[in-house]
Amino acid sequence: MPSNNMGRHRPGQEHFIASLADTPVAEIDQVDETGKARSTWTDAWESMRRRPTFWISASLIFVIVIVAVFPGLFASTDPRECYLKFSNGDPQAGHPLGFNRQGCDVYSRIIFGTQASVTIGLLTTILVTLVGGIIGALAGFYGGILDSLVSRVGDVFFAVPTVLGAIVLFSVISVRDAVIVSLVLSLFAWPQIARIMRGAVLSARNSDYVTASAALGVSRFKTLIRHVIPNAIAPVIVVATVSLGIFIVAEATLGFLGIGLPPTVMSWGNEINQAQVSVRTHPQTLLLPSAALSITVLAFLMFGDVVRDALDPEARARR
Amino acid sequence: MSNPQTVPVTGQSSHEETPLLKIRGLEVGFETQRGVVAAVRGIDLTLYQGQSLAIVGESGSGKSTTAQAVIGLLPGTGKVVGGSIEFEGNDLTKFSDSQFAEVRGSQIGYVPQDPMSNLNPVWSIGFQVEEAIKANGVAQGKEARQRTIEVLNEAGLSDASERLKQFPHQFSGGMRQRVLIGIGLSARPKLLIADEPTSALDVTVQRQILDHLETLTRDYGTSVLFITHDLGLAAERAEQLVVMYKGKVVESGPSRTILEDPQHPYTQRLVAAAPSLASRRIQSKKSHQSSDNDLHIFGQGSLDDALIARAASREAAATSNLITVKNITKVYEIRKQGFRKDKLLAVNDISFGVKKGTTTALVGESGSGKSTVAKLILQLEPLTSGSIEFDGVDLAGIKGDELLKFRRRVQPVFQDPYGSLDPQYSVGNTIAEPLLAHRMGTPKERFNRVSELLDQVSLPQATRHRYPGELSGGQRQRVAIARALALKPDVLILDEAVSALDVLVQGQVLNLLTELQTELDLTYLFITHDLAVVRLVADNVCVMQGGRIVEAATTDEVFENSSNPYTQELLEAIPGANIKLGA
Repeated sequence: MPSNNMGRHRPGQEHFIASLADTPVAEIDQVDETGKARSTWTDAWESMRRRPTFWISASLIFVIVIVAVFPGLFASTDPRECYLKFSNGDPQAGHPLGFNRQGCDVYSRIIFGTQASVTIGLLTTILVTLVGGIIGALAGFYGGILDSLVSRVGDVFFAVPTVLGAIVLFSVISVRDAVIVSLVLSLFAWPQIARIMRGAVLSARNSDYVTASAALGVSRFKTLIRHVIPNAIAPVIVVATVSLGIFIVAEATLGFLGIGLPPTVMSWGNEINQAQVSVRTHPQTLLLPSAALSITVLAFLMFGDVVRDALDPEARARR
Repeated sequence: MSNPQTVPVTGQSSHEETPLLKIRGLEVGFETQRGVVAAVRGIDLTLYQGQSLAIVGESGSGKSTTAQAVIGLLPGTGKVVGGSIEFEGNDLTKFSDSQFAEVRGSQIGYVPQDPMSNLNPVWSIGFQVEEAIKANGVAQGKEARQRTIEVLNEAGLSDASERLKQFPHQFSGGMRQRVLIGIGLSARPKLLIADEPTSALDVTVQRQILDHLETLTRDYGTSVLFITHDLGLAAERAEQLVVMYKGKVVESGPSRTILEDPQHPYTQRLVAAAPSLASRRIQSKKSHQSSDNDLHIFGQGSLDDALIARAASREAAATSNLITVKNITKVYEIRKQGFRKDKLLAVNDISFGVKKGTTTALVGESGSGKSTVAKLILQLEPLTSGSIEFDGVDLAGIKGDELLKFRRRVQPVFQDPYGSLDPQYSVGNTIAEPLLAHRMGTPKERFNRVSELLDQVSLPQATRHRYPGELSGGQRQRVAIARALALKPDVLILDEAVSALDVLVQGQVLNLLTELQTELDLTYLFITHDLAVVRLVADNVCVMQGGRIVEAATTDEVFENSSNPYTQELLEAIPGANIKLGA
């Protein structure tokens, strides 16, 4: 081979060849068969598992749910057994948190009040996720008139603050139980989930794998169910976990205003409402149910935070 | 590094000139949760004043990290953990941030990879160039404005003073890259680092930009450090090559020497697989078949022997057309502000045929309408006018069962191996999906078919349970091919199916496609922007430009005596097209 004609008078690098021992050449493009298979969900689980926040919030939620289902296991005193002679009484044996104005045991009323608060939170979240999720998915996937219609209707409800809407509605609805309160809250809260679902579906809809599945002969609806929704559900799950806490607060707000569950039903909101008259003299009767509310909401918010980090790979990478 | 084995080949005299850039034993690591991950593991590199050097490697080889270390812009947690980078005798690794800021721009210029995202969209072009000029202390005040116009003129933008007030979105990709080159060279640095400067651009634009860059740097005596994945481009544009693999240098030296006589097995593989070079070899093998002179170049790697043999012996088969496209046109309506609509003629009255058992390539640059043609044939978009016949049947208005039957026979493989697989589906489920959609077989039969397909695309059976996120680009593309083959189709429409892959992986997938074609008697419609790849796989070529077919012929005719000026321009622009091999 004739040597090149450039750089003859110029210095340059000498031809260097690394020794093979130092730079072994691997097979092209080998599949890494070590380690477990990792789907988005197992990845998310792995990421959550490592965070103390996850375990703290998950165990709190676990305890709260158990309390809600079996309040009898945690409180031996009947919360409806009230004696006015104990009105605003101090703690004593068997009554660790004292008594409220009506002379009822504060501890056991908080324990028994969990059920109503958590039920409304859970029920509303489930309703909102189902309704908002389905509506948002259909609107985002099929677009067109359906999308415009659904989006505008959603905007109308979105414009009314949930609690304000509930106040107005409850001035005309006379029946009040957990289901009705949940339905009313859902009525004003679904557009948020619908918007998020619609946005996620819109971005998933335009991905190549959706085009690919159309070209493979998968029908539109099956594509939506099999490919689009599983890839769009993550942000909805995140918002749903966070809003669970928010719905519990909404219930408490309505209870506090005296328009949620009837006063005969034990719930944290009602407890707080009834305690407000004695807030100056015996603040603990108001603060204790509020603390129960705060801890529950905090647990769900923390949990939502962990879930978001786990499902959002970018957030995971930043850590 | 332990005692590297050095083989002087060209026997150049070693002048006692201080190199402009001298890297010795450079090690760069990234801190992660699992400790420090080494990206560059002890590399040496020498660049003299006025020379050009290219670092070549695949993704993940550490080539860009090396460049970033030189300019002190390692991303995130990256840190130089060992070795030295001497720039004019000063060790850059010991520089403080403020010292680096002095050198950066004024002494060492930088041209980034992506012209689309490296200009700030909210500031005018003039402002951004002027900012760089002021920051590098080239000129201040009115002079700076004057200099800005000069820089843009030098960068090859005509009517620069007019364009100062324009914003990045008003510039094409090529023009933006010119601006970035202008900024990089504005302070007349001694060294210019060009990190994949043209990867995002069309070949013809790439060529213009590189020619221009070459002229400028030659005039100013600037040394250039290219970072590229394209061996052909590197060899054509740089005197010196450094081949990197997994953070180490496997071979370095004069470009010509390495290209003609690669010694390290990895370099041999790269040289063998680079489509631009392989296409050159086919060319020269065809033109002097009797000469043994160049045979040792072919002998370097066996990877492309099959491809070359096939390409060399290829004759356009005289079978009948499986797909016939007649005068098809596609107009898109683009909504403008208000209720006005603009019409975009994406495909303009084109006709061609795809013969059974052959590969027809549709070549064109971005915006030529080639991908639209794929979508039209796949019945994913309605035609505006014209007709498409498949196996003698007009596809106009087919639906229901007929459409399903058509889909069974014509399957696509898309460009982006990261986007075309559902991340939530395991590989097994992905491959089985078309079987399920067409209600074929029992679960057991589907399971067996998936095993068979994994074998066909040479993926281990264990891959079945993995998710796309765990696979490399090449492996994903194999999965996509397996999925496309699941229904035993007659035709595969490959839309830029290998464009996003590293050369070696690309070569492997091309080999696989060639094998499958022979084995299963498949017909391919191969859509690509890369003429070099076309040379390796296609029997017939249609060259598209602006929605029209400007030339349609057999591959040999196109490569040997194309009469069309656009085709010739494309051919000329293949990186490495002008390298004379063994001649």
